[in-house]
Amino acid sequence: MRETFIATTTALLDEDPRTALVLADISADAFGPALRRHPDRALNVGIREQLMVGVAGGLALTGMRPYLHSYAPFLIDRAYEQIKLDLGHQDTGAVLVSIGGSYDAAGAGYTHQSPGDVALLDTLDGWTVQVPGHRDEVPAMLRAAARHDDRVYLRLVEQENSRAYPDAGKLRVLKRGGPLVLAVGPMLDPVLAATRDMDVTVAYTNTPRPLDTEGLRLLTEAEVVVVEPYLAGTSARLVSEALNGLPHRSLHLGVGRAEVRNYGTWRDHARVHGLDEAGLRRSLQDFLGTGA
Amino acid sequence: MTVTTLRRLTGDQKHAPSAHSTLDVIRVLYERVLRITPETADDPDRDRFLLSKGHGPAAYYAVLADRGFIPDGWLDRMGEWHSRLGTHPDRVLIPGVEAGTGSLGHGLGLAVGVALGLRAQGYAQTRTFVLLGDAELDEGSNHEAIAYAAAIQLPLTAIVIDNQSATHGWPGGIPARFPGWSVSMVDGHDHDEIEHGLQVRSGRPHLVVAAVETKG
Repeated sequence: MRETFIATTTALLDEDPRTALVLADISADAFGPALRRHPDRALNVGIREQLMVGVAGGLALTGMRPYLHSYAPFLIDRAYEQIKLDLGHQDTGAVLVSIGGSYDAAGAGYTHQSPGDVALLDTLDGWTVQVPGHRDEVPAMLRAAARHDDRVYLRLVEQENSRAYPDAGKLRVLKRGGPLVLAVGPMLDPVLAATRDMDVTVAYTNTPRPLDTEGLRLLTEAEVVVVEPYLAGTSARLVSEALNGLPHRSLHLGVGRAEVRNYGTWRDHARVHGLDEAGLRRSLQDFLGTGA
Repeated sequence: MTVTTLRRLTGDQKHAPSAHSTLDVIRVLYERVLRITPETADDPDRDRFLLSKGHGPAAYYAVLADRGFIPDGWLDRMGEWHSRLGTHPDRVLIPGVEAGTGSLGHGLGLAVGVALGLRAQGYAQTRTFVLLGDAELDEGSNHEAIAYAAAIQLPLTAIVIDNQSATHGWPGGIPARFPGWSVSMVDGHDHDEIEHGLQVRSGRPHLVVAAVETKG
């Protein structure tokens, strides 16, 4: 996904003089050709993430369309107040593109992990959050974001589904059956594997913000399970609002709040958080009953 | 021997230059300066060392193993599942590590707090050291700590490994970014020079700039 992002954003810089890129050292080598070709609007400010967002806010105030990029904890957690004030409070926008997600950098430890990025953005108004499940979903997201001035966050991770669904901005039903299981981004394949012999409906989205609440309400009968690749329960408020007045039970699966002080790979961390096939199957059976 | 021990460490090739650039300074700290041993690692009056440049911990781990803080056997599994050694150090998992670091720009602020806490509790002889990279100085949080430490004449020692890796460099030199601090400029591989710089107690914050070969 990272390579797709770099290729598409480099092309956007070549095609549209309104496009700007602001880096804080991360991926600067990969963006080397773009930085050399467009030194006036492809910028590397150094290891200064708060400045990266401030500069982007300034560029946006002049009518440019800035793309920002770093590891999720540095881009979102660290620069949160700049995101809140230098973009939101100025009523401007930018395209924030992160890598690393909740635990891609498993060997690096908690300093390089951001399970709470989407929850942080949920405290702010007007953010579109996109969580592609496949690299081929990424270019269209980046190109669509170039055509307006709103605030967009793309969360790129290593884990990918086996196939792309570029038209999954709204909930896309991939399996029809009983209770709804909503998979966000790269959670789709493990959800499909875990539910292969269960009587459930599986829907997929790569755009959890704004959440397709209308689709959620249409598909939910009495039970809904949301599986997200970031903090468990991040979407609970929106799901509750969408189903207001409809008697239902809900289960929210995702990354736990407790820090996993261990290393290994993202697959190890997915297992610990119950987001692998076996863990999801256990949680779904506990919630829905073994007859599901 | 630390150099041999360092070679055992695998799985962090990306940060290998960072690890090697810090090796001599950390060796001198632990072999000649810091009043700390595995037996005194929890004593409240022990000297403190914080590796703010947490992305190059291989040298740190090698020294900790050589000094007996951690078993040699831990070194072979850095970054693996159920290893205590990540590619950034975690104080909760590793004996002798004072702060979990890896995100740049946190160690100096923590060190100011440590020095203040020690002073508030009457540990007048206890010293606090923090090691940063020159590129890490990009982070604005460092400059808040630099100014505050100078304003309150806080006697801690910051070591900056200068391998000229800051994206936009430091015109005027790194010491110009530390107004109000005393300064030692040393060869980052010369143990006697490093020790001399680390032994300075000026009654205010002290900066040791340890120059090593240029990164890359």
